[in-house]
Amino acid sequence: MANEVILLDFWPSMFGMRTRIALREKGVEFEYREEDLRNKSPLLLQMNPVHKKIPVLIHNGKSVNESIIQVQYIDEVWSHKNPLLPSDPYLKAQARFWADFIDKKMYDAQRKVWATKGEEQEAGKKEFIEILKTLETELGDKPYFAGDDFGYVDIALIGYYTWFPAYEKYGNFSIESECPKLIAWAKKCLERETVAKSLPDPEKVIGFVSELRKRFGLE
Amino acid sequence: MASQPILLDYWPSIFGMRARVALREKGVEFEYKVGDLTNKSPLLLQSNPIHKKIPVLIHNGKPVCESLNVVHYVDEAWPDKNPFFPSDPYGRAHARFWDDFVDKKFSEAQFKIWGKKGEEQEEGKKEFIEAVKILESELGDKPYFGGDGFGYVDISLIPFYSWFPAYERFGNFSIEAESPKLIAWAKMCMEKESVSKSLPDSEKIVAYAAEFRKNSLGSE
Repeated sequence: MANEVILLDFWPSMFGMRTRIALREKGVEFEYREEDLRNKSPLLLQMNPVHKKIPVLIHNGKSVNESIIQVQYIDEVWSHKNPLLPSDPYLKAQARFWADFIDKKMYDAQRKVWATKGEEQEAGKKEFIEILKTLETELGDKPYFAGDDFGYVDIALIGYYTWFPAYEKYGNFSIESECPKLIAWAKKCLERETVAKSLPDPEKVIGFVSELRKRFGLE
Repeated sequence: MASQPILLDYWPSIFGMRARVALREKGVEFEYKVGDLTNKSPLLLQSNPIHKKIPVLIHNGKPVCESLNVVHYVDEAWPDKNPFFPSDPYGRAHARFWDDFVDKKFSEAQFKIWGKKGEEQEEGKKEFIEAVKILESELGDKPYFGGDGFGYVDISLIPFYSWFPAYERFGNFSIEAESPKLIAWAKMCMEKESVSKSLPDSEKIVAYAAEFRKNSLGSE
């Protein structure tokens, strides 16, 4: 039976990037549809009525919402290739824990770095660096978070890397000098075609953030 | 021979209750260690150094943290009895979506009702009732969120039921009036021994919340 896969997405979304990578890791052909978040399509509103957010994965007409749930879904449907999660229950629990850590902590902290100023921004920078250092410690000397194989936690985190130059520019700091191992890990991930094809040019992201900052009255 | 799993927990915790229900659903004997969150045990700090929170399930000496992660793990470590998820990926994704909804919308809103007052509390009530109606619509005419079988979403949501009298008391409203179907579902879940043994007496929770309000808000 033919697989029809549509991804409703927004190019700078670090959440959308996760789903793009997961689909590519499994070699799944999909139709990418760009959404205008200030003018959401009827399809988006119909397929994600509860949150009205991207990314939305539509597989043979049925929608799966929330990026981290989509990655698990993709791993389970296309289970014959490139497993994204370990099979051992304890190692799986570890992977879920770290993806949950990224989801709970990263978004709000990174937002303070580019969308605020003064004391709030400084506090945000400090928090953000602490989070990255915690992740760097968890990575340790492993090539990827789960060990030798690229997987779930790498996918959960790598999208934020395209936003790093924007954080550095507007936060006025260097992430590499704080977390060199994490930068090395990110560069290694970018060598994978599935990742390189799924992440936008960081320069474009800086342009996007600059527009948002103007809209928020920060520039 | 493997020793019993240990659950580090705190009696009124909704998150802890999820872990208790999950373990009992699987018929797993476990050692229950109730902590004092103002004086966290070395075992807790060592087992969950990142968040320093309960529940933590320690199985074969290895810790699993975050309640929904614990529920997933319990389902996978004891797969032979009472599966919490359907076997098809879409059904599983659907279940995960709804308990993500419970954690994102329901959980935050309920805290504002019992833990805050004034405008913030009113906002919480409004959000809570909206979330309850959405959940009731998702439940539909099914006996459980999981369909015919008690499952993942039921486990993640039922602990909040022990707090309903506290929400009603401090929020001054009736949850049953807003969502009779959800109350009917909850009462059905409470008939399960795994649930009734895992949820504390609601009166104790009302008293706990009253103490919290006195200490943090200056009055009940």
